[in-house]
Amino acid sequence: MHLDPRAEQKIVQTILWLFTLMTISVLFFIIVFILKNGLPVLNIPFLTANPQDMGKSGGIFSTIVGTLALTILAILIATPFGVGTAIYLTEYTRENRVTRVIRFGSECLAGIPSIIFGLFGFILFVNKLKFGWSILSGSLTLAFMILPTIIRTSEEAIKAVPRSFSDVSYSLGSTKWQMVTRVVLPSAIPGIVTGIILGVGRSIGETAAVIFTAGSALRIPTSLFSSSRTMAVHFFILAREGISMPNAFGTAAVLVIAILIINIVTYRIMHRFIRKYR
Amino acid sequence: MKNLQRNEKLVQISLLAVAFSAVSILAIITVFIFEEGSPILFKHGIKNFLLGLNWYPTEQSFGLLPMIIGSLFVTLGALVIGVPFGLGCAIFLTEFSSRRLRQIIKPIIELLAGIPSVVYGFMGVIILVPFIRKTLGGPGLSVLAASFVLGIMILPTIISISIDSLQALPPSYREGSIALGATRWQTTKMVLLPAARSGIIASIILGMGRAIGETMAVIMIAGNAASIPRSILDPVRTLTSNIALEMGYASGEHRQALFATGIILFIIIMILNWIANITSARRKA
Amino acid sequence: MLEETAIRVRNFSHYFGSTQILKDINLEVQRNEILGIIGPARSGKSTFLRSLNRLNELVPDSRVEGTLEIEGRDIYAPETNVVELRRKLGMVFAIPVPLPRSIYENVAFGPRMAGFKNKNKLEELVVNCLKQTSLWEEVKDRLDSSALKLSGGQQQRLCIARILALKPDFILLDEPCSGLDPISTAKIEESLRQLKKDYTIILVTNNTKQAARVADRTAFFLNGELIELGRTDNIFTAPKDQRTGDYISGRFG
Repeated sequence: MHLDPRAEQKIVQTILWLFTLMTISVLFFIIVFILKNGLPVLNIPFLTANPQDMGKSGGIFSTIVGTLALTILAILIATPFGVGTAIYLTEYTRENRVTRVIRFGSECLAGIPSIIFGLFGFILFVNKLKFGWSILSGSLTLAFMILPTIIRTSEEAIKAVPRSFSDVSYSLGSTKWQMVTRVVLPSAIPGIVTGIILGVGRSIGETAAVIFTAGSALRIPTSLFSSSRTMAVHFFILAREGISMPNAFGTAAVLVIAILIINIVTYRIMHRFIRKYR
Repeated sequence: MKNLQRNEKLVQISLLAVAFSAVSILAIITVFIFEEGSPILFKHGIKNFLLGLNWYPTEQSFGLLPMIIGSLFVTLGALVIGVPFGLGCAIFLTEFSSRRLRQIIKPIIELLAGIPSVVYGFMGVIILVPFIRKTLGGPGLSVLAASFVLGIMILPTIISISIDSLQALPPSYREGSIALGATRWQTTKMVLLPAARSGIIASIILGMGRAIGETMAVIMIAGNAASIPRSILDPVRTLTSNIALEMGYASGEHRQALFATGIILFIIIMILNWIANITSARRKA
Repeated sequence: MLEETAIRVRNFSHYFGSTQILKDINLEVQRNEILGIIGPARSGKSTFLRSLNRLNELVPDSRVEGTLEIEGRDIYAPETNVVELRRKLGMVFAIPVPLPRSIYENVAFGPRMAGFKNKNKLEELVVNCLKQTSLWEEVKDRLDSSALKLSGGQQQRLCIARILALKPDFILLDEPCSGLDPISTAKIEESLRQLKKDYTIILVTNNTKQAARVADRTAFFLNGELIELGRTDNIFTAPKDQRTGDYISGRFG
């Protein structure tokens, strides 16, 4: 059966459009479903009280604290290394074998499943270094996980800064380091921040790596060495053990809203960044 | 001047050291995982691990074959869903939609990528699993459920990389084909897709890597029975869930066996990464 | 007592990798003159200019032969402080490149990097430089607004003010008016005539008429060689070399 090409195209176009529609619908469905069931649970007490009775009642405050602590610490650790690597690759060297090795390392790291990071964090931080299940172990592991993302986005951001800026800087008598810190980096900040925010998004949703390194203690963490539970871990436990459906939905809603906000903020920053240089 | 040069050299060396952090971390991870897991691999024999049918840790039986097959089935299933829909979306967005539409839809798809895997697993448990149980039978916790959810999870990867590959093609490919009287679909089918082939394949391989590495969602919906599934409605356990399920209480040889599972997983991922690297390198060349 | 000859170039050649861009250049630049450099594209004019402040070194595989002395010192000698050199020879590029900052910050950028700390003196300096480029009247009420909002001509004058803030001895301009309208061009040319009193100026231009208007002496470059150098009126009315005359009259270019 040989179709007229234009008819064939019409059919294919419709099918592809349907595929796209279905894909988007899935997303909307997930978000709407979670929010519909979770928003009713969200109120001030839920967000500010600690979990009681293994999470059956009470709120999720300690998990919010745990999530914030782990995420912020992970970003603080990963960003200097990520941006530093990007600066080195773009400004301080040409493409050669060394840069290929560095990039290879970064890309491989990006592909490693989170459970392996969990295993690794468990051996090194929890056991060998004797940090125990702690915010320290968890954030170090998370930092390793988000490092490749920060390297990649920082490199793109720095590359996007026009070369003319560095010419001007040099001709005004700057050293390379001054040029990087006073001209290139300030202009690359939006892109770098985007990468950081992406890292934040990943850390918030991460479960496998966190559960084996930061543990799942329900109390508010008091020090770097306290074990702590993140919202994602809490959600997982609530859902899997069937402890409380409403609370599970509530936690999921907080997670989804956080991701939504993060994505919107990232998008706005990227847009302003691109517009500046077009 | 000497001071200046010395400072600049110092900065360069420090940055080089920093730049090696990613590679060093990769090396450390490799070393530790292998250190913890290899003794038991050698003690029981690699063949027994890879081909053994029985995973009974309490009885010193560490056969990973059911899990290897489980990972394989689930990943292939994910590709069955992910590739057609992913590629379809990518083609639609690059060739058959306006820029406006693309600008609206692309961020939405990126949002899909940001949703935590546990949320996907949760949706699977609440909606998909009962649905499968009711309409198709079986426990619902199955290869089918896992494939479906994983398929959705790898869509953003396949879509965005395929879009990049298609958009990277020179406009002259399209113009030349249309000028010869071909429809857009004919152009896509006969010119663009073959030209973007290596990028698209790379995206699929990366999607495979994500599917194989996924843990939490799979634990929630796959059933976790450590036996070879006979149909897509049977429960299944993957390499990743094997580790995550038992790590909490394993000790001694059992724990080492889990690390050995990690080694197998690690090697598979590295091979996939390497293949993806090669195919996209060929594209750049 | 300062010497008459500010820059002395002897047998100077410049290579990028194996390609020779400048071939055995010999010339001198007098203090407080405006030296115009004309020639077709790819003649080495810009490369020569960038050799003076060693900006070419940013390109990999860059290599020089011969000597280039500024104020009696070989600037390619190993003990030369390149950073200091670049402050002494301020360069203005073809396309104005204001930094994405305020007008004030742009002019203050160079001195700040050099370690200038005194806030009051810095402000004085900025105002002074803006006055020297006749920009002060136009921007005095909006020093804190973004430099990107200025017109092309204003931006270019800002770039000149920017290098003046470093109190250079030389001003190097690489086709500075190529994107500008005639009025902005005239304003810049007028500024150069004023600046000549305190600075030595080297102006690369692909507009021969501009050289005729502004330069005291003019050099003609072709294919990396210096063909002819002399007083501007002589070059334009009675050039010694056939090729100079051909280029000026537009027979090739």
